[in-house]
Amino acid sequence: MSVAVELRHISKRFPGVIANKDVSMSVETGTVHALVGENGAGKSTVMKILYGMQRPDSGEILVNGTTVHFKNPNDAIEASIGMVHQHFMLADNFTVLENVILGSEPQHGITIDFAAARTKVVEMAAQYGLEIDPDVLVEELGVGQRQRVEILKVLYRGARILIFDEPTAVLVPQEVDDLFNALKGLRAQGMAIIFISHKLDEVLRVADDVTVVRAGSTVAEVKSKDVTARQLAELMVGSELPQPSTHGDTRRPEITLALKDVSISTKSGSRDLISHVTFNLHAGEVVGIAGVEGNGQAELVEAIMGLRDYTGEIEFSGANINDLSVAHRRDLGIGLIPEDRQRQAMMMESPLWENRILGHQRGKPVMNGFVLDMKTIMTDTKSIMEEFDVRAPGPQTLAAALSGGNQQKFIVGREMSKAPSLLVASHPTRGVDVGAQGAIWEELRRAREKGMAIVLISADLEELIGMSDRLLVMLRGVITAELDPAKTTPDQLGSAMTGAA
Amino acid sequence: MKKLKFSTIALAIAAPLAAAVVSITISSLAVLASHKSPFDAYKTMWDFGTTSSSLMQMLNTATPYYIAALAIAITFRAGLFNIGVEGQLRLGAIFGAYLGAKFILPPVLHIIAIMVIAMTIGGLWAAIAGYLKVKRGVSEVISTIMLNSLAGGLSSYLLANYFVDRTTNSNNMSTKTLPKSGQFPDLMPLLNKFGVENQPGGGVYGMLIFAIALGFVFWFVINRTRFGFELRASGSNPIAARFSGVNSKRMVFVAMALSGAVAGLAGLPAVLGETHAFNMGFRTGIGFSAIAVALLGRNNPVGMGISAMLFGFLEVSSRSLELIDIAPETYVIMQGSILLSSVIAYEVVRRYKITLQSKELAKAVAE
Repeated sequence: MSVAVELRHISKRFPGVIANKDVSMSVETGTVHALVGENGAGKSTVMKILYGMQRPDSGEILVNGTTVHFKNPNDAIEASIGMVHQHFMLADNFTVLENVILGSEPQHGITIDFAAARTKVVEMAAQYGLEIDPDVLVEELGVGQRQRVEILKVLYRGARILIFDEPTAVLVPQEVDDLFNALKGLRAQGMAIIFISHKLDEVLRVADDVTVVRAGSTVAEVKSKDVTARQLAELMVGSELPQPSTHGDTRRPEITLALKDVSISTKSGSRDLISHVTFNLHAGEVVGIAGVEGNGQAELVEAIMGLRDYTGEIEFSGANINDLSVAHRRDLGIGLIPEDRQRQAMMMESPLWENRILGHQRGKPVMNGFVLDMKTIMTDTKSIMEEFDVRAPGPQTLAAALSGGNQQKFIVGREMSKAPSLLVASHPTRGVDVGAQGAIWEELRRAREKGMAIVLISADLEELIGMSDRLLVMLRGVITAELDPAKTTPDQLGSAMTGAA
Repeated sequence: MKKLKFSTIALAIAAPLAAAVVSITISSLAVLASHKSPFDAYKTMWDFGTTSSSLMQMLNTATPYYIAALAIAITFRAGLFNIGVEGQLRLGAIFGAYLGAKFILPPVLHIIAIMVIAMTIGGLWAAIAGYLKVKRGVSEVISTIMLNSLAGGLSSYLLANYFVDRTTNSNNMSTKTLPKSGQFPDLMPLLNKFGVENQPGGGVYGMLIFAIALGFVFWFVINRTRFGFELRASGSNPIAARFSGVNSKRMVFVAMALSGAVAGLAGLPAVLGETHAFNMGFRTGIGFSAIAVALLGRNNPVGMGISAMLFGFLEVSSRSLELIDIAPETYVIMQGSILLSSVIAYEVVRRYKITLQSKELAKAVAE
């Protein structure tokens, strides 16, 4: 096997920032090489340098043994490097074929030689196991198939070295399987594949080699068969990993939340989105709602928060809250970490201090009567940022400028600052890096010990099992099972979620 | 931190500066197209526009623009668009003038009463659009445009058939003149004390002071109160606002009604300060120009004040263009190009700001 790409001691500084210092990696032909690291560790800068989007300050790039100096992505493409972006760059109203050849159309005189293009694309698709109908419009394709078109586009331009930037971020599990099969096909054809991700289980499934970057430097290059996800994660954060776990039984006798026969039906009334959901949640207890996404979890949250009409009864601290508005419920002490932070929990173009107020605009500490208490808001925002390690210059920073993980930390900090007696947490650690994940878990643990009741919804089964005192499995809007997390493995939970068990 | 501050200031200046350069270029081209010298045009406008009398007219033009722009800004901040200010201010003015002439109250109270009437009528008229939006999902843009037409017809009909004062024999149909107690005093006597001389046809609406005060109230309510916060939250992310406990339907309705109430006041500077009645000469188009004023002023009370004066200045000073054979309507091109280029410039700067902040952030993270 020969080395397809080698990076030697790459460094890149931005004004005041060192994005990369001494990054080295070597990718062999016919392998899948994963590049992993926390958000902000410098993964994307490495790839931008390799793809000619940025130039390194020092260090060397070798492609097939010769030193190259890319001025722009065209040079990289010349050198048979291709990039499959995380966000697709396709024309929706063009067919697959048109999209693939767009920008490098085979000419036939002054017309495009569609016949030749079609032959080539169909051949390529078959060769690499990327079957797709070339004549269907891209707008009719699902996400997985669009990604396929992106890959074909890159291959069509002659790429032999393919960079995938977080390719699974937008895919559902079935599509991930398809992608990985395609990657294996490409590998078998002698391609070199660089796979950027922070999902370690996926990395171990698909990659042959793994390079770990931390704080801008390479810290390890390992064979994937020699490591576990845990070891990789520890390499990424540079310390031992946080565990999703709780200590002991902190359950108190009083019931914080009680749902009785709560149902929500579709607008037409044809079927129930959630049906007769009944459970009690004690103070100091965490109930985990397990389920494949779209099985009623979002509706359950909306019912508890009063965001949607429902039938049945919801009691909070012993009193019926059916007739209370969202505002009233929040003010009683129900906190919410919604599943889609940017859409449901933040004003992206507003500064952090305004986002601090959101959801808490009806009372202390941010309000002084009906008037904003600017001084308290500012100091309070700062203390949330410090306590939850939100990395941003200050309260005036726009929410949009923060990374997803920092936004999430800020939201968690905001909701926890009020010490609600009930917290509804949807995917509280989704998209945050390992360090922040540990911090959020620690906060939840502490609050639980102080008597906070938590409804935890998560797609991360280890998190669910580790953090919950009790697990409820939701399938098609119905609670189908109650499990004891101490006696449940992720596999068992997984099959309960799909109704297999 | 120092560096950030410098760039913040530079950014704040960059947008208006770029917009000014572009709009002057476009306006100059327009003047050149009619084979005249842009330089002469600007000089004539400047010389005429900066006379005391013109400046007074400028302020009188700007006052209703400003009040109407505040009304529109309320809806902009809430993520809505009240195009119906024209109709709301017209109805507010005619009812205020008609009903206000029917009673006599002590001086200040009388004016307040007329304002309340105008606000109520304007608010109710806008509330129709709010109601339709909340209950029926009708776009407020469409409904307020249609309500404008209705308001125009309704006000003419009411004036001609019911509100007209038949005791005076004039070609200009008008409501009964307001009693002295219902007239807003002119600022001229006050200005005299500061050495400003009377000008033929001059005078400055007393409601200028009221408009400035209203600007302060607007700033405070929008930026410093819970209501203002919820209104802005609804505008910037309606879903997050709902999740935070804002009753979004009520917010839509209240924002529309409040906007209409403020709009109802925008017709009063002339009614209370000059004509002392509603007549057929009531100015049209205030509500539409105010949309541009609000856009140019970025819904910011100071910004809107400056843009209202700028529009007033262009409108008044451009009358002098006739003297050198240029169509005075050239000012419409000027206003248009200022608006277009500034909206674009602000958007560019806004995006750049986010990028800049992201970089600042990368720096903070790396440290």
